[in-house]
Amino acid sequence: MTDQLLYAQLLYGGSGIILVLLGLWSFLVHAPLLRKLIAINVMGAGVFLILVAIAYRGIDTPPDPIPHALVLTGIVVAVSATALALAFGKRLDQDAEPE
Amino acid sequence: MIDALPLSVTLPLLGALAVTVSPAHARGLGLLAAVLTAASGVAVTAAVWSDGVLRADLGGWGVPLGIALEADGLSAAFLAMANVVALAISVYAGGYFKQETAQHFWPLWLLLWSALNGLFLATDLFNLYVTLELLGLSAAALGALTGTREAVAANLRYLLVGLLGSMSYLLGVALVYAAYGVLDIGLVAEAIAPGPVAWTAMALMIGGLILKAALFPMHFWLPPAHANAPAPVSAALSALVCKAAFYLVLRLWLDVFAPVLNEAAANLLGMLGAAAVVWGSWRALRAERLKLLAAYSTVAQVGYLFIAFPLLAATPPGLARDNLLAAVVLLALTHGFAKAGFFLAAGMVQKTAGHDRIDDLGGAAQALPAATFAIGLAGVALIGLPPSGTFLAKWMMLEQAMILGHWWWLVVMMIGTLLAAAYIFRVLSRAFNREPAPYRFVNDARTELPALLLGLIATFGLGIAAQPLWVLLEQGGFG
Repeated sequence: MTDQLLYAQLLYGGSGIILVLLGLWSFLVHAPLLRKLIAINVMGAGVFLILVAIAYRGIDTPPDPIPHALVLTGIVVAVSATALALAFGKRLDQDAEPE
Repeated sequence: MIDALPLSVTLPLLGALAVTVSPAHARGLGLLAAVLTAASGVAVTAAVWSDGVLRADLGGWGVPLGIALEADGLSAAFLAMANVVALAISVYAGGYFKQETAQHFWPLWLLLWSALNGLFLATDLFNLYVTLELLGLSAAALGALTGTREAVAANLRYLLVGLLGSMSYLLGVALVYAAYGVLDIGLVAEAIAPGPVAWTAMALMIGGLILKAALFPMHFWLPPAHANAPAPVSAALSALVCKAAFYLVLRLWLDVFAPVLNEAAANLLGMLGAAAVVWGSWRALRAERLKLLAAYSTVAQVGYLFIAFPLLAATPPGLARDNLLAAVVLLALTHGFAKAGFFLAAGMVQKTAGHDRIDDLGGAAQALPAATFAIGLAGVALIGLPPSGTFLAKWMMLEQAMILGHWWWLVVMMIGTLLAAAYIFRVLSRAFNREPAPYRFVNDARTELPALLLGLIATFGLGIAAQPLWVLLEQGGFG
């Protein structure tokens, strides 16, 4: 039972870490705004996956609710930040058109 | 009695709601909310001063589940500075913005204020993340308020860098929760033990925060973002938003990661700070525009704050360490007042002259004597001349560096001080370029007086009457 729990946490937590690293790499390497935004959202998804893996306590036990609450709040924050960045990007595109 | 702690977070939030509902009265409602918020913030500080640590468990939910607010000496000191500066900025903004811009300014500004007060009072690592994000979002939106291409581009970069910083912080929080199962600062501090998990979490959280505090070499986003924002917003960004990130680094360093610290990490922060002092001061000296000068000066001043970490790490607990800590806080507070005053006065000069090119400032002393005087006063505090708070703080830091035998910090601080003197006198020498006597000392009381008062507090208030800060900081830590 504990083996199964550890395995699941390692699998999901490890995938989360890989997603964070992929997102970070992409954020630093790619210049276009849209790619940077997607990269930061992939990073966010990675962090959320790690939090969900932390919450998992085995198939018979209900998961820990606190990390779930954190993920929900985190998603709201990520959506708002993405929206603001897109609004900035749109503004820059509009300004660029007449040239 | 209504608890002042939650009020200082909810009042600006209610104010933001009110100005959104009724944009026609944005200025009046905004100013009202600003006065009430500042009063509640100062009331919290006064209560901590007289009764010790304050704590409020919102909705009656205790730890570990509930959201708690707590004010100890450290948070109360920052809270008082932030609220007085924010009130001055609000009064200034009341006269600065035209009706149309004011409708956009006030909701965002009050939201930023709410996040700021929340950040100083939060006791839980995740709530700190939420307030940090709210602060970053509202700051980026405010910075782009002018809508010019440069401002939008600079603030987009600021937003993205800030997001990266918060992601790193959040990952650190996830690690802490995975290892210890708690998020409350006091509980984490009890549970934490040296080991790879604690070190990684510390690196991620503090790394994310120094990105937000604009510590060299992660300062690249700051000068364009701060120099292109409207003057009241620049003042808030430089004086308050950067300080919030620094406050958090200090809080984590002192209260959460104290058992796992090592000198290497402290020295790394100190070296980055030293590089920031030299590089920021040099770029400030070379800056062509007044607001860019002020922005680079912020990079340098943030550097001084981080030089304190190796000194703190090397000083054994006791009176000397308490004094050093108070000196660092005093430095941060004085810079908050001085830089806000400087930016407000610079905004006045820019608005009147139509530009802020330093070389063409001739006659500013005649046309805008009060604003020029405010720049001079703020300059005294930025350089660290007596009797400013910076002088006292730098003196204590230098003394401690000498006692410890770490003379290299002394050299860095001396170079930074000399460069600061050079860039401030460069501005003043241009401003006093022409002969005629001033027509009137104060041209526009509403915008000039806040800048003047902030400069006065930084130079005289905090230097001569610094004693209360020591009393305040004795009011224990979290936990």
